Amino acid sequence: MIKSFLNKLGFANAPFAGGITPDMCKWTEHSAIEDCPLPPLFIVPIKQHIGQACTPLVQVGDLVLRGQKIAKSEGYLSVPIHAPTSGKVIKIEEHPIPHPSGMGLASIFIEPDGKDERDTSLATMDNWQDIDPAELRERVRVCGIAGLGGAAFPTFIKLLKDKRHPIETVILNGIECEPFLTNDHRLMVENSAEILHGLQIVMHMVGAQKAVIAIEDNKPTAVSAMQKLIDALGNDAISVVSLPTRYPQGSEKQLIESLTGKQVPAGKLPMHAGVLCQNIGTTRAIYDAVVLGHAITDRIITISGDAVPKPANMRVRLGTPMRFIYAQRGLEHFDGIQILHGGPMMGERMRHPDIPVIKSSTGLLAISDEQIKPAHQVEDPCIRCGHCSEVCPVNLVPNLLADHCRNDQLERAEDYDLFDCIECGACSYVCPSHIPLVHYFRYGKGQTAQVRREQSFAEVSRVRSESRDARLQREKDEKAAKRRKVRNTLRSESVLNTDNDAKPEDTKKSESKE
Amino acid sequence: MLIHLSSPHIHSGDSIRATMFAVILALIPAGIISVYLFGWLAVFLILLCMLGCMTTEFIALKWMGRPTAPVMDGSAALTGLLLALTLPASIPWWMALLGSIFAIGLGKQVYGGLGYNPFNPALSARIILLVSFPLQMTTWLIPMHLGASIIDLYDFSSAWQLFAFGVSSLPHALDAITMASPLGHIKTEWSQGVGVSEALRAYDYSYLDAFIGRETGSLGETSALALLIGGIYLLARHTITWHIPFSFIATVATMAAIASMIDPNHYTPPLFHMLAGGLILCAFFMATDPVSSPVTPMGQIVFGIGCGMITWCIRTWGGYPEGAMFAVVLMNCAVPLIDHYCRPTVYGKRGSQS
Repeated sequence: MIKSFLNKLGFANAPFAGGITPDMCKWTEHSAIEDCPLPPLFIVPIKQHIGQACTPLVQVGDLVLRGQKIAKSEGYLSVPIHAPTSGKVIKIEEHPIPHPSGMGLASIFIEPDGKDERDTSLATMDNWQDIDPAELRERVRVCGIAGLGGAAFPTFIKLLKDKRHPIETVILNGIECEPFLTNDHRLMVENSAEILHGLQIVMHMVGAQKAVIAIEDNKPTAVSAMQKLIDALGNDAISVVSLPTRYPQGSEKQLIESLTGKQVPAGKLPMHAGVLCQNIGTTRAIYDAVVLGHAITDRIITISGDAVPKPANMRVRLGTPMRFIYAQRGLEHFDGIQILHGGPMMGERMRHPDIPVIKSSTGLLAISDEQIKPAHQVEDPCIRCGHCSEVCPVNLVPNLLADHCRNDQLERAEDYDLFDCIECGACSYVCPSHIPLVHYFRYGKGQTAQVRREQSFAEVSRVRSESRDARLQREKDEKAAKRRKVRNTLRSESVLNTDNDAKPEDTKKSESKE
Repeated sequence: MLIHLSSPHIHSGDSIRATMFAVILALIPAGIISVYLFGWLAVFLILLCMLGCMTTEFIALKWMGRPTAPVMDGSAALTGLLLALTLPASIPWWMALLGSIFAIGLGKQVYGGLGYNPFNPALSARIILLVSFPLQMTTWLIPMHLGASIIDLYDFSSAWQLFAFGVSSLPHALDAITMASPLGHIKTEWSQGVGVSEALRAYDYSYLDAFIGRETGSLGETSALALLIGGIYLLARHTITWHIPFSFIATVATMAAIASMIDPNHYTPPLFHMLAGGLILCAFFMATDPVSSPVTPMGQIVFGIGCGMITWCIRTWGGYPEGAMFAVVLMNCAVPLIDHYCRPTVYGKRGSQS
């Protein structure tokens, strides 16, 4: 009480700069995870992560097993896709994916056969302590694991044992600071043993000596579940830290600042600070992949919001259409309702529910228009109250930055550190004038990228045209030099023969010059 | 209809109107003190200025063909209230009305309305009035509690008489109903070679009275206590932060402390400075006006220090007894510059070049 009052006055030391404490609406924190039944049709997009899309390996009519690889990764920044259940591939065509633009991507449609048979080709690795980290890393890649916290960054890339940047501490990110979402919370309560096991695998893989499980203090049940297990284990390398609830503490760099008081230098990765952050769900998936040999085929999703009659946490197969999941929770009509993919602070609005869930689907919210309206109200003029810069976790001055973006003063915007914005939305949340600040920053970033593309294209064209000119000039010079050489040889020969021959050639030369 | 649909999809519920009404609420204690001191006259002036500002805003918006909804957002009402609280009780009503028109017309709408005015509208209007009508703006009625006043301002009709027809309509001599403000008194005495302590004794000055507000002055500036109650409410509600008021008042106090240490008979003591004139009103309610003050905490401290230095200099060496409002408006000019140079260090860039 006193601390929050001092915090309001700006005296108390906040764990990280800025931040907000919205109404957390964790309505589903005590609802045990339920299994979502298999839908009549799975729609599996060939890209569910950040990076390159995969190439389908199956054809229409093929029979697949649960966990069978159905699309192979392309390039380094990519992980394969697996079938969510056993069944038949009935078509491969473009279908909308969870993206605010409603864009589509090639997707594999699978009709379940109801047997839900699992592909058991991957060996279990119970003895992971004796297995080379590189081999475990390959297992994590093959199993298609990407960050389940929402970003879906291919996990194996982070699990690199690099001598130049040794990882000292693994941070298990149990913050879950987005309102409504409780999927990590429930996992920590119900599957704490698997998570701890997964954490130990991660520590082994990167050679970390210590691990910290960071949980916000609005999840006391998760804290006690993890603590109890660690006490039983008697492992003092792993500790549980309860942090004051504050959004966006779950953001990697903010969490590192909260725990260590140190900042990751701009443009660097947590690994440069000797730290690796792992999401709860991802750690659980690593356990499944290594110990059980299971590729990732499902994830926990929180289905909540004021328009959902029966909010819940569900274990959902990847590729299940959102409409099917909402129907399980009693929501069938979507008039006057906004569907959000992810949390309310950083999630994206979906245009319709006929979109499958993917590896980055942390939550499915359905919020009535009346509830969502205040956030999308018409903007008033900025009164420069400065609340936006107070809550900014990276210390930007959002109102001035938004001015530069709005006026297309992109260089100025970059000078005001546009690209350090993490788009957490805290500024838009507090703005009394309802200015969509983050929206302007996304616009500014997009415009800058566009300008840069055009500039680099112009630069390439310029270089190309210059080198062409240079080449032509060089060829011309070479030709002239050759001619001169030939002429000189001829001349010297003719001088040897007769002096008269030189004359007509001189005339010719002067002619060509003209 | 939903205008834009990118995240975040929830909002704190804060609004311009809520902010403005919080500040109006915070000024109620000062308003009560002004009624205690000047009776109905204070009520008349406050209502006149608030209505004057809102009407001017309405006419200006109508004239420019803009939506007139902002009239009700509380910002014009707040400007009117602030203006009234900086005026002497005996000011003719038409001057107060003129001030309201200046405040909204010249102070705000010519720049494009809310959010675009470089200066605090209420303070710029007060400065225009002070420079245009120096006599009326520095004539201070004897407050009711001193009992020496011949006219009963708690009586509606006699207060109305004074308000509607002015000081000159009364059968009393001006001297009989007016007195000097502490700051003005010290300044006059000082120019006549009287030392500070002697001048304060002659004025019968009491720090406690000055703190509670039992002294003369502009309507709302007399009571440090009432203003502090409002200021603390705004701090607790997070409408303002401590940076500007603290650095402003602390700078005035520090400069006064140093000067009075050097020559206590020549320079007034720090506590006198802190309680006198419009310092606390300006520090908590004028300098913190979000539109015309810096955005960043560092900038706000620089701004407050600048305001404090200019205030003390004008009070000590300037032609006017009070300098707080000039200080705020002068520092308003520097806000874009301050904002540009006082940006906080972005995450992860500490110690790096950019």
